[in-house]
Amino acid sequence: MSIKESKKNILELEDVVVKFVGDSGDGMQLTGSLFSDSAALAGNDLATFPDFPAEIRAPQNTVAGVSGFQVHLGQRKIYTSGDMCDVLVVMNPASLRSNIKWAKKDATIIVDESAFEGKAIEKAGYTTNPLDDGSLVGYNLIKAPISLLTKESLSGLAIEKKMAEKTKNMFVLGIMYFLFHREPDRTISFLKKKFKAKPEVIEANIIALKAGFNYAETIEAMVSTIKVGAAPMEKGRYRSIKGNIATAWGLLAASERSGRPLFLGSYPITPATEILMELAKHKSLGAKVMQAEDEIAGICSAIGASFAGSLAVTTTSGPGLSLKSEALGLAVITELPLVVVNVQRAGPSTGMPTKSEQSDLMQALFGRNGEAPLLVIAASSPANCFHYAYMAAKLSLEHMTPVILLTDGNMAFGSELFKIPKVADLPSIKPPLAKENDPDFKPYRRDQVTLARQWAIPGSEGLRHRIGGLEKTNIDGNVSTDPLNHELMVNIREDKVMRIANYIPEQKVYGEESGNLLVVGWGGTEGMLKSAVGHMQEKGYKISLALFNYIMPLPVNAADVFSRFKKIVVCELNKGQFVKYLRMTHPEFKYQQYNKVQGLPFHVSELTQVFTNLLEEI
Amino acid sequence: MLDKSIEKSPIQLSKEDFASDQMVKWCPGCGGHAILAAVENVFPRIGYKKENFTIVSGIGCSSRFPYYVDTFGFHGIHGRAAAIGSGVKIANPGQSVWIATGDGDSMAIGGNHFIHIIRRNIDVNILLFNNQIYGLTKGQYSPTTPMGQVTKTSPQGTIEHPFVTAGLVMGAQGTFFARIPDNNLKLMTDVLYEAAKHDGTSVVEILENCVIFNDKAHAFYTSKENRDEHQLILKHGEPMVFGKNKEMGIMLKETRLLAVKIGEGGVTEKDILVHDQYNPDPGIHRMVGRMTGPDYPVVFGVIRSAKSFTYDDKVEEQIDYAKQNSKIQTVDDLLNSGETWEI
Repeated sequence: MSIKESKKNILELEDVVVKFVGDSGDGMQLTGSLFSDSAALAGNDLATFPDFPAEIRAPQNTVAGVSGFQVHLGQRKIYTSGDMCDVLVVMNPASLRSNIKWAKKDATIIVDESAFEGKAIEKAGYTTNPLDDGSLVGYNLIKAPISLLTKESLSGLAIEKKMAEKTKNMFVLGIMYFLFHREPDRTISFLKKKFKAKPEVIEANIIALKAGFNYAETIEAMVSTIKVGAAPMEKGRYRSIKGNIATAWGLLAASERSGRPLFLGSYPITPATEILMELAKHKSLGAKVMQAEDEIAGICSAIGASFAGSLAVTTTSGPGLSLKSEALGLAVITELPLVVVNVQRAGPSTGMPTKSEQSDLMQALFGRNGEAPLLVIAASSPANCFHYAYMAAKLSLEHMTPVILLTDGNMAFGSELFKIPKVADLPSIKPPLAKENDPDFKPYRRDQVTLARQWAIPGSEGLRHRIGGLEKTNIDGNVSTDPLNHELMVNIREDKVMRIANYIPEQKVYGEESGNLLVVGWGGTEGMLKSAVGHMQEKGYKISLALFNYIMPLPVNAADVFSRFKKIVVCELNKGQFVKYLRMTHPEFKYQQYNKVQGLPFHVSELTQVFTNLLEEI
Repeated sequence: MLDKSIEKSPIQLSKEDFASDQMVKWCPGCGGHAILAAVENVFPRIGYKKENFTIVSGIGCSSRFPYYVDTFGFHGIHGRAAAIGSGVKIANPGQSVWIATGDGDSMAIGGNHFIHIIRRNIDVNILLFNNQIYGLTKGQYSPTTPMGQVTKTSPQGTIEHPFVTAGLVMGAQGTFFARIPDNNLKLMTDVLYEAAKHDGTSVVEILENCVIFNDKAHAFYTSKENRDEHQLILKHGEPMVFGKNKEMGIMLKETRLLAVKIGEGGVTEKDILVHDQYNPDPGIHRMVGRMTGPDYPVVFGVIRSAKSFTYDDKVEEQIDYAKQNSKIQTVDDLLNSGETWEI
């Protein structure tokens, strides 16, 4: 099959947002992933986001059971998985009903016409068939009897009806490959590998894929095809990676580079569980993974492992972080390295487990009894979870302090292209290990520059010592309730964390170094904020973005950055937690804020509106 | 068996070698002193290097223990010693890990970690100081306080069914359970040695006297006047007999245990149960472990010591297997695995 001889028009586009939606069992995640891989191979930059229901198998054909996969691909740098889609692929009435609001006014909608029959239409909550009642006027609607044609194309095979039904996602993929000028070879070899033991399944899927491709070429409803060229990308080896996987791999890299074996104590919780599952796979890299009996055991086993000499990690989401609070204080007072990954979700309490939010910042910064400062770092895209997980581990190990790494549900499940680094090129990690039989060893003797104490690992000769949750004397580490010693230790623990500011990069500004409006954000909103700010910069506005990854401590030049703009607006997916923190740490500046707490990401259009209004007031 | 993978001390250590420089701050007469003495006795006997012992604790009077022994020590937070100790052992299997905890620490706030470390059979030794009261918070009832006892939080007597530690441990599929009184140093030292030898989670319940808040709580079984009559010290392979002249014994009649006098009512020595601490079936262990007065004696010594694999050994086994069989030997291998492409 080839697109070359096609007589259709070609639309050349800068970037396209495509969303596949269907019933939970329709295979939308796989279809979306394969489509994305083909785009990546063609040189597009891209970002993806799966949108699946919290329920495992909600009733068929209901809105609750709709599963979606969105991909944003382009011939330029892609920062987000996009907000409104240009192409919507719809497998049943319920998925149309729940997703039509995400389609642009003139979007191309490809629907499986054969799925729009009596019961399914009714179950979706429609009273009339939306394909015929005029409600989709204005869209480029392509009605294709996908299920029916798939079955027909497979009629020569001796396979069960159910399996024929299941391959309709390949038929759709075939249509999409034609529409986007993609070669299906990689998908065919993928299918051959995946179903190695079932040749009849391979055959059925390949036939359906080809049938869809050929069908797309012949139908008149499809007047044009879409071409998205290769994006200018730095040379190198690439892969696609999800945020949770990147987090896990960053930790493994830090373990290898530091020479400290990885220990993970963790309890399953959405949306963090995947990190636990991923690390459990990598025993060949020496990762010891304990699925704990609860969140508290997760962190406490990690603290034990840290005392015993491991790069110790616990992974969780908001409610789990609440449960870990007391133990975090223990890690603070014992001054042990510990990486706590908090994949944020919408709270409070159970909240909306599959929806993303940035509302755990205050908990991360301050949610402990006593004066208990620790390092807080936020990743800001699926791929850079690798880097920030690595840096979290590095700084925690080198400065002997627990760290909370904040990611979020969108980053965790979203994926983007990742330029594969070489582990040897990553910054070195040198934990302050105490030397065996060092006559001067004391548990709380410190490095004068970093204030980190030494890490004396059980089994090391001459380094026996006792530490714990009770306050200790500085240097000697004996239990103490001496008032001045306590104040000294409180101050040292804080100073130690604040000094990490000297070991993190300065805050970068995206855009001009000065101007009328500085947009401030942190963590997972990077993509949307960059898109919106970039869009306005192109229009000539004096607007820049400061996106923070290092939260506690803040980069040393934060005040300097703030001082160079007339106005500052802090945008967050919460009620304004970072802005409160900035008002506390840098009270000399006036901050405006823009907040959204809907379990949804920002949309570029709403942001540009907000920024335009603020700029007009200047 | 003692763990061969843990390095032995090249010189014979003594009790004094294990005393730390910290002042022991338990009340005079507290059972803790005897437990400390037994641990300092048994560590040299076990023979590992001092650096290869780690003592972990939770919160409570019991949990000050690590400060008093010159090994590696970690004083944790309330109830979490088992979880912290699990991490130490899994991360650093070359350590002999000892967990000092109490009835409140392990069976109230830390109940979940307690049953799960036992279920996993992680190779640690748990010293469970059971004084049937909250001492450090000054006299509230604990999960093992007998029903009806008046305490500061039960002025009309408790209305809770207490845990029987043996039942809880065996319900959690414990592989090793022993009970000792705090006033029999020799038995305590011997039992701790047995605990160290056991592969898996060894729970040693020490009936500890709290002189201030629950004095003589265990006196019915442990006092000099009562112990012959009410204590049955188990020995593997020997009949379960007790009494001043070992004239009493335990027999199984149908589905129940009976305390009987040998020679009376046709009972002969042959009718008396013989203790088999290695029996994989916990049935009899559970029954004798739950015995209590006045109709029965309380058993002491090693009640159960069943063979099973340990969690920490399996962790190492799986890692060794993966290292030998996986294509992913380095993180670079991992980063370049699966679908990748050159641009």
